[in-house]
Amino acid sequence: MARTTSSDAQALFHSLRSAYTSTPTSLKIIDLYVCFAVFTAIIQVVYMAVVGSFPFNSFLSGVLSCVGTAVLAVCLRIQVNKENKEFKDLAPERAFADFVLCNLVLHLVIMNFLG
Amino acid sequence: MARNRGRFLVLIAAALIFSSALASSIFQPISDSHRSAALELFNPLGGSFSSVEKTYEELRTFEVLGIDKRSDISTAACQSVSEILGSSSSTLKDLFYALKVNGILQCGIKEDVFEGVASRLQAIVGGASALLDFYYSVGGLVLIKGQTSKDDLYLADAEGVFRSIKLWTTLAWNSPTLSRALLGLVADVALSQSDGRWRYNSNNPESSTFAAGLALEALAGIVSLSSSEINQSLISTTKNDILKLFDGIEKYDDGAFYFDEKLVGAREHQGALSTTSSVVRGLTAFAAVTSGSLNLPSGKILGLAKFFLGIGIPGDAKDLFNQVDSLAFLESNTVSIPLILSLPATVLSLTKKDALKVKVNTVLGSNAPPLTVNLLQVLRSGSKDTSLIESQELKFDPENAVYTLDALPKSVDVGKYTFVFEMVLHDSDHKNLYATGGQIRIPIFVTGVIEVDSAEIAVLDSDLGSIETKKKIDLAGENTVSLSANHLQKLRLSFQLSTPLGHAFKPHQAILKLTHETKVEHMFVMGSSGKQFEIILDFLGQVEKFFYLSGRYNVQLAVGDAVMENSFLKAIGHVDLDLPAPPEKAPQPPAQPLDPNLIYGPKAEIAHIFRAPEKLPPKKLSLTFLGLTLLPFLGFLVGLLRLGVNLKNFPSSSVPAVFATLFHLGIAAVLSLYMLFWLKLDLFTTLKALGFLGAFLMFVGHRILSHLASSSSKLKSA
Repeated sequence: MARTTSSDAQALFHSLRSAYTSTPTSLKIIDLYVCFAVFTAIIQVVYMAVVGSFPFNSFLSGVLSCVGTAVLAVCLRIQVNKENKEFKDLAPERAFADFVLCNLVLHLVIMNFLG
Repeated sequence: MARNRGRFLVLIAAALIFSSALASSIFQPISDSHRSAALELFNPLGGSFSSVEKTYEELRTFEVLGIDKRSDISTAACQSVSEILGSSSSTLKDLFYALKVNGILQCGIKEDVFEGVASRLQAIVGGASALLDFYYSVGGLVLIKGQTSKDDLYLADAEGVFRSIKLWTTLAWNSPTLSRALLGLVADVALSQSDGRWRYNSNNPESSTFAAGLALEALAGIVSLSSSEINQSLISTTKNDILKLFDGIEKYDDGAFYFDEKLVGAREHQGALSTTSSVVRGLTAFAAVTSGSLNLPSGKILGLAKFFLGIGIPGDAKDLFNQVDSLAFLESNTVSIPLILSLPATVLSLTKKDALKVKVNTVLGSNAPPLTVNLLQVLRSGSKDTSLIESQELKFDPENAVYTLDALPKSVDVGKYTFVFEMVLHDSDHKNLYATGGQIRIPIFVTGVIEVDSAEIAVLDSDLGSIETKKKIDLAGENTVSLSANHLQKLRLSFQLSTPLGHAFKPHQAILKLTHETKVEHMFVMGSSGKQFEIILDFLGQVEKFFYLSGRYNVQLAVGDAVMENSFLKAIGHVDLDLPAPPEKAPQPPAQPLDPNLIYGPKAEIAHIFRAPEKLPPKKLSLTFLGLTLLPFLGFLVGLLRLGVNLKNFPSSSVPAVFATLFHLGIAAVLSLYMLFWLKLDLFTTLKALGFLGAFLMFVGHRILSHLASSSSKLKSA
């Protein structure tokens, strides 16, 4: 039973990986970017768990900056993905412009909150 | 405790000061204290006075007081005198005072100098219209006459004699001018006023008492300069003026008379001292040169002397000069010479058997002519008109020039008295010459040791009045009585006071003081009946006043009076009081007065409370995590490399490339603006800059992205 499970899992991972290789490079970049943002957020949360939450607004700004940008990146990925029929009419350049604008607004707020 | 005792002593001291204030109406003649004050006040700066007038005032004061200090300043003074007399430009006032200084110092000025000054002064007398011009020039001429005639006595050579005779010939020749001047002064209604006062000149509407004194002195000078007899009617007119002037004299309650300028705020206003001094100078000078009595009441002359003596020792050189100079004129005047009766001590001790001593002096302190001093009456203060004694004569001690009464009258006990003295001159001729002032009333304090007897303190039972504990106390020595009582009992303190003559004595203060351990004080005034002093404290009625404070109370007794030589504040001992517990609404004991050191001393330092700084992690840990946050970024870059990302899609044609570059630069600019916002800018500045940058970025971004979109759609369609 255990054997079958592990082999199944291996098979699953394998199929996932092979499916993912066919993903366009631009989406992979976005995925990488999301991972980068999420890991940065995780490191900050760990730091807060170790040290304490003293400049709490700074911690919040740091984490929200990462999480926010990750969310925005996810939104960008959704809109840019060609297989997503819902945003078929939306040009990826327009999506990117939205992403940049939202990021700028987000970071203006973040900077104001940073103190 | 010490502070409380101090407070009591202050009370007693205040009583004594009050009593000495009463005694201040006794006038003491000029004494050594005036001499030391004069040496202190006339302390020339750098050895020389600023003006010849001040020099004269100093020399005159020292001369009258008998201080020999001439040699100290005579050289410098004589030099300035000869300069002033020799110069033809010196002012009239300086000439006058230089001549006065010369009169004291005998500087040896040459005759021809005097001659020159005299002719100048005569010219001024002839043409003078203002009072001060008359005063200075006539005064100067009188001084020259006095100084040269003295020199005349010692002149050996005939030429000098001749010259001095010639001088007086010119004066004699000039005497019609002088008479005219006198006529001008007296008859000129423009200067002399109907009330005896004078004006400084005919243009000045203010009449002045000070000016009247100057005018009298000038008139006296004219009379003495004139070789022919002055018209008697002029003299009597002037005498009448003097009497009118004395009608305007003012009076103090202690019998001192003085003149004051009626016009306050006048130009060159003079104080009462200099005004009175001026009148005295004029009066004595005029009385000296005219024959016949002035008919002035001798009491007023004595009153003037009292005014000058009543000042005490002035703190100002000018005032001291005025005082001493006027007293010197009064001392030798021809109207009436005041005699001053003074007592070396006005507090006499009955216990020490002090003798009553009286001195009679002239104002400057020299001995009086032979006379008898009678003690007419002794009045107890408060009760009037009942003398305790018959009139009796005081014994004269010629050695010390003191009149004494060996023993105080038997009927005189401790207390305040008024002694009434009278001076009787032996020589009947003297009666017109001296002013004795009739009956002289002098307040006297008779003090003594008061006997304190049969003092005892007792605790009584309230209902029956039976004595529970009773202790004798010795108020002359130390006592440490220890009692205890509860609120149903009474405390009784009693003692007897009697004077040295055995009469009852009622002191100013007889106060019982109870002090609780917590420094709450209670004062009780002792009542008296005859000799017996007694107080009964019923604690039942006093519990509220005692604030229900049980415990140990220190007992003190204060008995004090100005005439009691053995006033005391004694600690008697203590009482342990057992009072009931306070009801709910019982009054609280008053807060103790704060120590003045606490009120006026430095304030307690203010300790500021700051928020404790948050615990910060070690620096190393924070830096490590900074490095850790960079790790995902590195991973991101590595991932990008692994994916084989390139910039091939970057526009190659020039215009879109520029826009693309500008687009990226714009984003970088906005991010660095955020950085600046974080570090130092405020929100408004940031938003303003962001507005411009955003517009730019929008434009550039739109251009490049639309370019990319169009190229990709072209690619698709192709």
